[in-house]
Amino acid sequence: MSNTILDVKNLRTTFYTHMGEVQAVRGISFEVNQGDVLGIVGESGSGKSVTAMSIMGLVDEPGRVSGGSILFMGQELTKLSDAEMNEYRGKEISMIFQDPMTSLNPVYTIGNQLIEVIRRHTDLDKDQAHARAIELLQMVGIPEPEIRIKNYPHQFSGGMRQRAMIAMAISCSPKILIADEPTTALDVTIQAQILDLMVRLKNQLHSSIILITHDLGVVSEVCNKVNVMYGGMLMEKASVFELFDSPQHPYTLGLLKSIPRDVTGERKRLVPIEGTPPDLLKPPSGCPFSPRCPYAMGICVREAAPLYTLSDTHSASCWLHHKGAPVVEGFVQVEEESVHE
Amino acid sequence: MLTILLIATVTFFMMHAIPGGPFSRERPLPDEIIAALNEKYHLNDPILKQYFDYMVGLATFNLGPSFRRTGFEVEELILLGFPISAKIGLMAIIIIILVGIPVGIVSALRQNKPADYFVMFIATLGVTIPSFVVAALFIYIFAGVLQWVDAFGLERPSSYIGPVLALVGYSLAFVSRLTRSSMLEVMRQDYIRTARANGLSRFKVIYKHALKNALIPVVTYLGPMVAAILTGSFVVEKVFTIPGIGKYFVQSVNDRDYTMIIGSTVFFAVLYVIMVLLVDVAYSLIDPRIRLGKKSE
Repeated sequence: MSNTILDVKNLRTTFYTHMGEVQAVRGISFEVNQGDVLGIVGESGSGKSVTAMSIMGLVDEPGRVSGGSILFMGQELTKLSDAEMNEYRGKEISMIFQDPMTSLNPVYTIGNQLIEVIRRHTDLDKDQAHARAIELLQMVGIPEPEIRIKNYPHQFSGGMRQRAMIAMAISCSPKILIADEPTTALDVTIQAQILDLMVRLKNQLHSSIILITHDLGVVSEVCNKVNVMYGGMLMEKASVFELFDSPQHPYTLGLLKSIPRDVTGERKRLVPIEGTPPDLLKPPSGCPFSPRCPYAMGICVREAAPLYTLSDTHSASCWLHHKGAPVVEGFVQVEEESVHE
Repeated sequence: MLTILLIATVTFFMMHAIPGGPFSRERPLPDEIIAALNEKYHLNDPILKQYFDYMVGLATFNLGPSFRRTGFEVEELILLGFPISAKIGLMAIIIIILVGIPVGIVSALRQNKPADYFVMFIATLGVTIPSFVVAALFIYIFAGVLQWVDAFGLERPSSYIGPVLALVGYSLAFVSRLTRSSMLEVMRQDYIRTARANGLSRFKVIYKHALKNALIPVVTYLGPMVAAILTGSFVVEKVFTIPGIGKYFVQSVNDRDYTMIIGSTVFFAVLYVIMVLLVDVAYSLIDPRIRLGKKSE
């Protein structure tokens, strides 16, 4: 596809610790097209943040990308040096983080930090960069940007700091904005504003967003595609409608059952997913979800399922889609297996 | 001001609480002489009167005559000793800052690599070895065996090497360790990750974003350290036979030289308070959150 911006293939990221290898990401593949808002969901430790850091080339020692490829507009990112990667970071691919309270340097003004990024990636001189910074603060909805630009982070509220972070991230019109739980630390009322702002700016700048979250409510509001991760692997990839209408993986099903949905409808008990995520130091050989899966079969424990293609936009890694598997209500079975990349 | 007043008061009364007086000797002086001396220095007055007299003197920068070094006023003795101590101290401080901080940074950036282990090994030695050991070793090797420098006094420029080295030891090691741990702490902060995610160069990330934050605890330590080093070290001055203020001070305690004790204590207190004040000023320059007098909205 010509409008594919990011093509991640069989990405593996491993941390080589004293205790052994921690395989945080174990061979995941996905694409981001222009205009996409891709949600990556999963619980803590499922590898979603490490995936993001791998794309940014910011996986710290003792971890590193140990396999697979990350193609950004045709350029292989995993082969670049740190200095070469700096030409992409903040310019082509930028990132905002969970905690806006600690993500800005407390000893420099908002303007200083913003102008620094602008001048790093453009040829603008000091005054032009200053004007651009004010324009950016205006774009992200900070009132009186001419005054606010001289403020320090502690003079901003949480929501404003996240806006400032977004201003910094979009300052060079990146192709991809990676947002790692951007609203988790914010008030619910501010959350919606920030999400709106991100999507609006994405459309304005013709870029794409990778939104990492554990909040399926957020996903349903802003994403068009979703990757469900568990134990460092992709469980299900789908368009947002497919995912919510007909989830094709028991883990996704569990996630959907464990969030409060109809506020006005009948009172239903939330169903938790029993058990805990797998220890990635000694990852199970089979499907990582099998110990907690209500439908687990013999093969699930022995061997991870291939990714079954269910439609153009929908695939799931679960043996239940095999034509020989017992029929479970709502789950589709397919004739042929897709290749497990 | 209040601090200094308080220190002067406490020193004054503690001084009078210890047994013995300025004229106690192994071989007692004749009673008449002691009586005459006490009379001369107003030591027979009620203690409160002595106290108020002294405080008035202090307010007018008159620290009174030394009881033991007859013919000298205390302020003269301080002015005589302090420049010598301060000169050596200043050299030590410059070395500590110019060497300690860069070494700490380098060591933090090479965390758990050979260079880091080596530096931290030396630094740990530096913190644990007392200055008199350094001083004695130095004299033994360079003045005794090699005869490169004089063993005492300050006649030649090379004579400064020993005292400065002995004075530098502990603080240099401490500052480099402090810088290292502070730097390591800061490099883990979210805003460093932000700076890296924005594509800033490693140099900028370290020397612009990390260093300024990492220096805050170092500056805290430097203030009192500067005051302590400038006022001289009894041990170092004794070993190298330097007529600095540190030696005077300890001697004056042994001699019960009341005016000298309180004079040097107050002098030290003033210096200390000034340094703490300077630290606060430095803080507000480094960290906008501590900026005084400005309200943050």
